Amino acid sequence: MADSASNGAFVEFDRVQKSYDGETLVVKDLNLSLPRGEFLTMLGPSGSGKTTCLMMLAGFETATHGDIRLGGTSINNIPPHKRGIGMVFQNYALFPHMTIAENLSFPLEVRKMGKTEREEKIKRALDMVEMGAFGGRRPSQLSGGQQQRVALARALVFEPELVLMDEPLGALDKQLREKMQFEITNLAHNLGITTVYVTHDQTEALTMSDRVAVFDDGRIQQLDPPDTLYEAPQNSFVAQFIGENNTLEGTVKEINNGLALIQLDDGELIDAMPVHDSVKPGARTRVSIRPERVEYNKDRIQEGAHTLKAEVKEFIYMGDIFRTRLSVAGNDEFVIKTRNAPDVERLQPGQQIEIGWLPQDCRALDA
Amino acid sequence: MKLTKLAALAATTALCAPAAFAQEMANEMTLVSWGGAYQSSQIKAYVEPYLEMHPEVKVTWDESSAEAVAKLRAMNEAGNVTWDLVDVVASDSMRLCDEGLAVEIDPSADLAAAPDGTSAEDDFGDLLVSECFVPQIVYSTTFGYRTDLVGDTAPTSVCDVFDLEAYPGKRSLQKRPIDNMEWALFCDGVAKEDIYDTLGTDEGVSQALAKLDTIKDQVVWWTAGAETPQLLADGEVVMGSTFNGRLFSAIAEQNQPIGMLWDMQSFDLDGWIVPEGLPADRKARVMDFLKFATDTQRLADQAKYISYGPARASSAPLVGTHAELGIDMAPHMPTDPANATNVHIYDYEWWADNRDDLNAKFEAWLAK
Amino acid sequence: MSDMTDTAGPVLAADGTPLKRSLARALRRQKLRALLLIAPLLIFILVSFILPVVDMLYRSVQNGIVTNTLPRTVEALADWDASTGELPDEVVYAALAADLKEAAEAKIHTKVGTRLNYENPGMSSMFRKTGRKAKKFDLEAGGPWKEELIDINKGWGEHDNWRTIQTYSPTITSGYFLNAVDMRVGTDGPEMRPEDEQIYMKLLGRTLWMSLAITSCCILLAYPVAWLLANLPARKANILMILVLLPFWTSLLVRTSAWKILLQQQGVINDILVYVGLVADDSRLVIINNQFGTIVAMTHILLPFMILPMYSVMQTINPSYLRAAKSLGATDWTAFWRVYFPQTVPGIGAGSILVFILAIGYYITPALVGGTKGTFISNQIAFHISTSLNWGLASALGAILLAVVLVLYWAYDKIVGIDNVKLG
Repeated sequence: MADSASNGAFVEFDRVQKSYDGETLVVKDLNLSLPRGEFLTMLGPSGSGKTTCLMMLAGFETATHGDIRLGGTSINNIPPHKRGIGMVFQNYALFPHMTIAENLSFPLEVRKMGKTEREEKIKRALDMVEMGAFGGRRPSQLSGGQQQRVALARALVFEPELVLMDEPLGALDKQLREKMQFEITNLAHNLGITTVYVTHDQTEALTMSDRVAVFDDGRIQQLDPPDTLYEAPQNSFVAQFIGENNTLEGTVKEINNGLALIQLDDGELIDAMPVHDSVKPGARTRVSIRPERVEYNKDRIQEGAHTLKAEVKEFIYMGDIFRTRLSVAGNDEFVIKTRNAPDVERLQPGQQIEIGWLPQDCRALDA
Repeated sequence: MKLTKLAALAATTALCAPAAFAQEMANEMTLVSWGGAYQSSQIKAYVEPYLEMHPEVKVTWDESSAEAVAKLRAMNEAGNVTWDLVDVVASDSMRLCDEGLAVEIDPSADLAAAPDGTSAEDDFGDLLVSECFVPQIVYSTTFGYRTDLVGDTAPTSVCDVFDLEAYPGKRSLQKRPIDNMEWALFCDGVAKEDIYDTLGTDEGVSQALAKLDTIKDQVVWWTAGAETPQLLADGEVVMGSTFNGRLFSAIAEQNQPIGMLWDMQSFDLDGWIVPEGLPADRKARVMDFLKFATDTQRLADQAKYISYGPARASSAPLVGTHAELGIDMAPHMPTDPANATNVHIYDYEWWADNRDDLNAKFEAWLAK
Repeated sequence: MSDMTDTAGPVLAADGTPLKRSLARALRRQKLRALLLIAPLLIFILVSFILPVVDMLYRSVQNGIVTNTLPRTVEALADWDASTGELPDEVVYAALAADLKEAAEAKIHTKVGTRLNYENPGMSSMFRKTGRKAKKFDLEAGGPWKEELIDINKGWGEHDNWRTIQTYSPTITSGYFLNAVDMRVGTDGPEMRPEDEQIYMKLLGRTLWMSLAITSCCILLAYPVAWLLANLPARKANILMILVLLPFWTSLLVRTSAWKILLQQQGVINDILVYVGLVADDSRLVIINNQFGTIVAMTHILLPFMILPMYSVMQTINPSYLRAAKSLGATDWTAFWRVYFPQTVPGIGAGSILVFILAIGYYITPALVGGTKGTFISNQIAFHISTSLNWGLASALGAILLAVVLVLYWAYDKIVGIDNVKLG
């Protein structure tokens, strides 16, 4: 978890709670701080509290308890229009009765900016998203991607220090989405603005962010840079939620030399990294192994790797990789991914094979 | 099928007067009336007795008398007359007759003579105001006043309506020139027999409207007969004109503190017309019913249920007591000598000629 | 493909017929099928809407009755010069006698009397009275007809009556329309009616401004209600919606009468005001039987027609627009006025057109609560339809009302744009 007291934090959530009905908490004790210029993504399944956090930051929801600070001052009682936070909405929320230029002019007009200055800023903002030629059009005359760019330009045109984005790419097709992910990240970094980005798409979170906060059940489960998040998930939720993952359940027998010996439910013994605090002798645990860290070609199984018997259930040719579903230690949904190479054997369903992985790729997490 | 029809015909002829011999009669009749207490008086006085004599006949009611003329015209244009007998006021019967929408009635052939042998024509007398019209009742448009709101001296003259000093407060009048113009002229000093001559001139119209102008601010104009009794009951007006039967039921049946002002009551007639263009069998049925429903006894019976005077001279002595209240009906009849000391006879012919013109002037005056 | 388009001749379908013809044939079948599908609706609209409107427009100018009933008279009267001030000669009277005899036998003489009476009071009884005697006319032996007819009714000796017959002998007349705009055919062409008979233009003006007032009241009252409907949680919104629709389940007369009870001088509102002490007992407010009463009652009755289109438009406005506006720095008011309100204009437009058009055609409510100053032109139309039976005048008034609505519709299109009208 981030240290909420760290100096130089630009946005801070300090023990924030939120309840809508007075019975259940949607956000439970949220602590989060991000420095100026960071691109932070709030990732989580729907109902995890991530959007509520964003809305509290924007000022559309009030925190039930705790403090939200921006640049060191509490903004709990500042109405949204005085917070100076740019926001991009899921459905773009471009005003349909205004032209693109008028949409961009709106935040400048309410700030009583002069006409020439406005026009200059609008032009700059539209050029920035390569929409300079579309100022006279109405939102309905633009494609989804174009509207997305305009929404971005509008959120940036009044030069806010903080920009919030609420699943802004959700409505775009895959190709356009990937292009926009790249553009948004670039823009944010080039302009040096602080960004809080909400999504439920983990790929988006991993590719765009400096840090990702994984939300579940009203709490941040893990807050880390993307690579740490993927490679070193702190608990089984994060391991499951980020990327593909295999789990094997068992009981911790003992911990030796920084390795936990785990007896799987079918009796097999394996070594794993004890990651979660709850991994103590006698405790139940879930062991997490990434599919691409498992090998079945005898030549490729490294020294010191743990090996296990497995039965092939399904073999799928996916071009760059092979995806194989196996039955391992009683788990029929054990998936491994193997890079397509001339020397890799193509398996048949029903075939008995031996697989192996390194103990350090195998993480013992909470049950 | 044919057999049952024949049997029905035989039964009808056996029961009924010889008039039924000539023509096969339809067994369905659509009667059009005003609804409410008036229609029930008709049902009790002659429709139910007729149906007892002719159980094979089925009667359907349509409460459309208020729009009867327009609807009959529309039916006639469409060539599909669904009504068999229509209850209308005298002026409407004249319009229907003028438009050729109603059948001309021959009183001697189509209507029953009085029990003493007086012909129907003489028995109805002057009340046969149109060739197509069979009058049933005489009603009057007259004034009622709140006995508790008019001070110590109750109004006795129609001109008290125009006297705001003696009787302050609102009064309700019907939203049409008929009656109001005549009352205004009468109270402005025009002799009763000169009223229509005066009203025929532009000056006369101005004179009448000027008289009405003196009370215009205090007038609530009504369009439905039920309004004045309600306005009186609510205390919204101290006096108001309406049909005498409406006032009777407010006074006798609902015990409202309302008094009758019979002075210059305006007589009008209500009666039947038979639409033009009926098929022979339907017409035969309806003429048979009409003869029965307008005979001396039936018209006298109707007065047991509603305080309107029978249109036949021979019916008057037969008027008895109210069927439910048991009170003597004669003193409540507009035609009762005590009530009819000063009556206004409304000139149908004159109004038929001048109604459109006066209405335009009246409406323009109202809108001023 | 490419070589097909390169060749000069027409493109051919697989069976060798020109592609165009083959396509047209295929489309024709489709169109025919589509037409058959909508035929019931088309016929229904034609019969129940278009035809009556056409019939109404025709009635407002139709005047065949005079020529049809009095053909000989009209022909003989064609040569008569009314401006000389002299009565027509014996030929015309003889023609009239023949026409009247025939008409009286067919019982249609009173109809033409009624028609001419609209223009010249008194002609109805002239025809009725003369008609009674006309059946017994002996056309061969009788006469001279001038004296005989004047003897039967002195109206036949009045120059004005003859001028009326002549003026209204053409089969098409502008008389009804002139009447509907408070004019008449005078000796020197159309002229205004005397002031004490001018009414329709005044009523039309009143109808229009009161309908506008009612529409404005409806907008003011409906807007917050529609907003609540669109923004409350579903359960509460449903209850509110039922309350909005409830009046539709009550008879119009009942609702209007309820307003009478509330608004009359001895009514609930005055009673409360007197009880509270705001108004003295002897100076109770007059809030019914005038324009105020009509506006209040009709605003209430027409309110749902404003709320529903507004609601359906507001429902489509995503709340994120308001949030976006606020995040861009707009205050609540600016966000509402510059972002929310403009998007609701189509709903306001649709509701206004609906309410306005319904309002100018209303007659029951104004008749009951309008008194003398709160009635509409539709009350006169209703009067001429059902009481005076002057359907020609009623049609002319209706046609004028229709024209006014169309002009306003056109103006709305010019100013606001008709694309800007949405029912949801």
